[in-house]
Amino acid sequence: MKIVTCIKQVPEKDTRFELNTEDSWIKEQDLTYEINECDEYALEEALRLKEKHGGEVVLLSVGSDLAERALRRGLALGADRAILIVAPREEISDPLMVARALRAQAQVEQPDLILTGVRSDDHAFAQTGTMLAELLHWPHATIVMKVETDEVGKTLKVQRELEAGLLEEVALALPALLTIQQGINQVRYASLKGIMTAKKKELRRVDWISLGLSGGKKIQIERIGFPKSEKKFEIIGGSPEHAAAVLVEKMKKEMKIL
Amino acid sequence: MFKGYDFMNIDPLFSDEEKMVRRTVRDFVEDRVLPIIEKHNREATFPIHLVKEMAQLGFLGANLQGYGCAGMSNVCYGLIMQELERGDSSLRSFASVQGSLVMYPIHTFGSKEQKQRWLPRLAAGEAIGCFGLTEPDFGSNPAGMLTRAHKSGDGYVLNGSKAWITNGNVADIAVVWGRCDDDKIRGFLVEKETPGFEAREYKNKWSLRASVTSELMFHDCRVSGDALLSGTDGLRSALMCLTQARYSIAWGAVGAAMACYHSALEWALQRKQFSNKPIASHQLVQEKLVWMLTEITKAQLLCYHLGRLKDQGRATSAQVSLGKRNNVYVALEVARMARDLLGANGIVDDYPVFRHMCNLETVKTYEGTHDIHTLVLGQEITGIPAFE
Repeated sequence: MKIVTCIKQVPEKDTRFELNTEDSWIKEQDLTYEINECDEYALEEALRLKEKHGGEVVLLSVGSDLAERALRRGLALGADRAILIVAPREEISDPLMVARALRAQAQVEQPDLILTGVRSDDHAFAQTGTMLAELLHWPHATIVMKVETDEVGKTLKVQRELEAGLLEEVALALPALLTIQQGINQVRYASLKGIMTAKKKELRRVDWISLGLSGGKKIQIERIGFPKSEKKFEIIGGSPEHAAAVLVEKMKKEMKIL
Repeated sequence: MFKGYDFMNIDPLFSDEEKMVRRTVRDFVEDRVLPIIEKHNREATFPIHLVKEMAQLGFLGANLQGYGCAGMSNVCYGLIMQELERGDSSLRSFASVQGSLVMYPIHTFGSKEQKQRWLPRLAAGEAIGCFGLTEPDFGSNPAGMLTRAHKSGDGYVLNGSKAWITNGNVADIAVVWGRCDDDKIRGFLVEKETPGFEAREYKNKWSLRASVTSELMFHDCRVSGDALLSGTDGLRSALMCLTQARYSIAWGAVGAAMACYHSALEWALQRKQFSNKPIASHQLVQEKLVWMLTEITKAQLLCYHLGRLKDQGRATSAQVSLGKRNNVYVALEVARMARDLLGANGIVDDYPVFRHMCNLETVKTYEGTHDIHTLVLGQEITGIPAFE
């Protein structure tokens, strides 16, 4: 089974972010990056499927040069090779552009299965996977919590996570795309041997320009910022009965907590 | 999730590979060690089930080349030790002994057959090793050792005893140092269950409780000629092994110190006294936290530089002595200070501080005591040996 796993490099969680001078993005200097969490689960799922059915796991990423680090980590975890589409950041803040770039390489690779995370920890669009499947005209399932394959690896049965603890079971024929939810498995550790061999594995770079996608962007980030927190207080006068009645009314209508 | 401390922003100096290795060990310690270590410490048992897991990840003999070893840099090796000791000195001690005191001498002084027979098994955690140099009557002065290796036929007969041997009772193979008929000290590989070889575990330790420490006894213990590590040439060969182990201790101490500082800082920020203010707002507490972080930072920089020197083949044993001496000393002081900051809570095992503090008391005196390293450095700078 040939599996392409799409991973994204994102700034490490729990970092104290600062905004850049134009308020268009965060300051990237001195940030530590890691593989987007859901994508790491997707990679683990891919590695398990490979262990069961044989084949190959190819990592695919769209990002800056720095994304090579995430790919090397993916290779250290056990992926066979990696492709990095090196793109300018302003071009890839639109998930459709990312999906188009991924499609171009997916068509070259022709995998049986594409796995990626449900959403990224930075932009959190949760659209790239679905868009990629649609562009490829492939069946897809999102928020996947369990993957089962038949013996020959031609069809999939997956469980999707719905609201309120409900699960939905979906059958798909390959080729297909799944977006994987975090917690689906226990991600392995990168062994020291894995880290050593990762250096020697193939990492192919593809230039964004060569894909001919420039100018197709539909979304532009205008500004980012931290939510403003405001403290408000109000004293409700009058008798206790009156104050309580006003308070309940406010809780219902303004604060919407009752 | 613990992220380490890096006040001087030295992280960018580590390669991606080195950071990846640190991440693997840190995650391993977080998931596999910290949830069980207090129980093992309380019950004085070695978490032997972790040996194979550590081996599979490549932690054992990680800086050695070939024979199933990971072949990583000495900085990587150091980072492994740092993270393991953030878990517990027992695990770092295990890995130091296995890698630096058993695999290293076999790799350096052993025959091709000895290497092929033992190194892959030791790297895979299928065999455990121990190192017997110290004796009940000869600790800081190993040159006086009484253990004899008398040539007999085509083999040797060992007589004597070795004291304070990490892994002794769980070891499949012991690297034992003895005085030969020509008065020269050489190393031998003695397999467990060799007639005349017995290991006896020390009980009731207050320190390194999650580690096995034993006395090894040899009574007319006959080994074949190929048990000799033929490349060993006097006490200096044993001391070469110790330099490797001391290097790993210098890094390990940073891990233990970070764990204690982490507890102390969290505690100081959350514990409230006097006008409902966190104790971290008091000047005396801040001074302690600053001292801890300063010493941790200096120790980190020392390790980083020592590691780079070692990777270039330029680290001297005296430089390693300085690293071991300083880092263990400051780690123990950090642990004591952290325990002080935590007040009564510092003495219970809800926090890792007291455990590290007790462990570090051992680490301070094993592999060359603090004072002996002082004299080693004294000789280095004056040219005058004070211990002769």
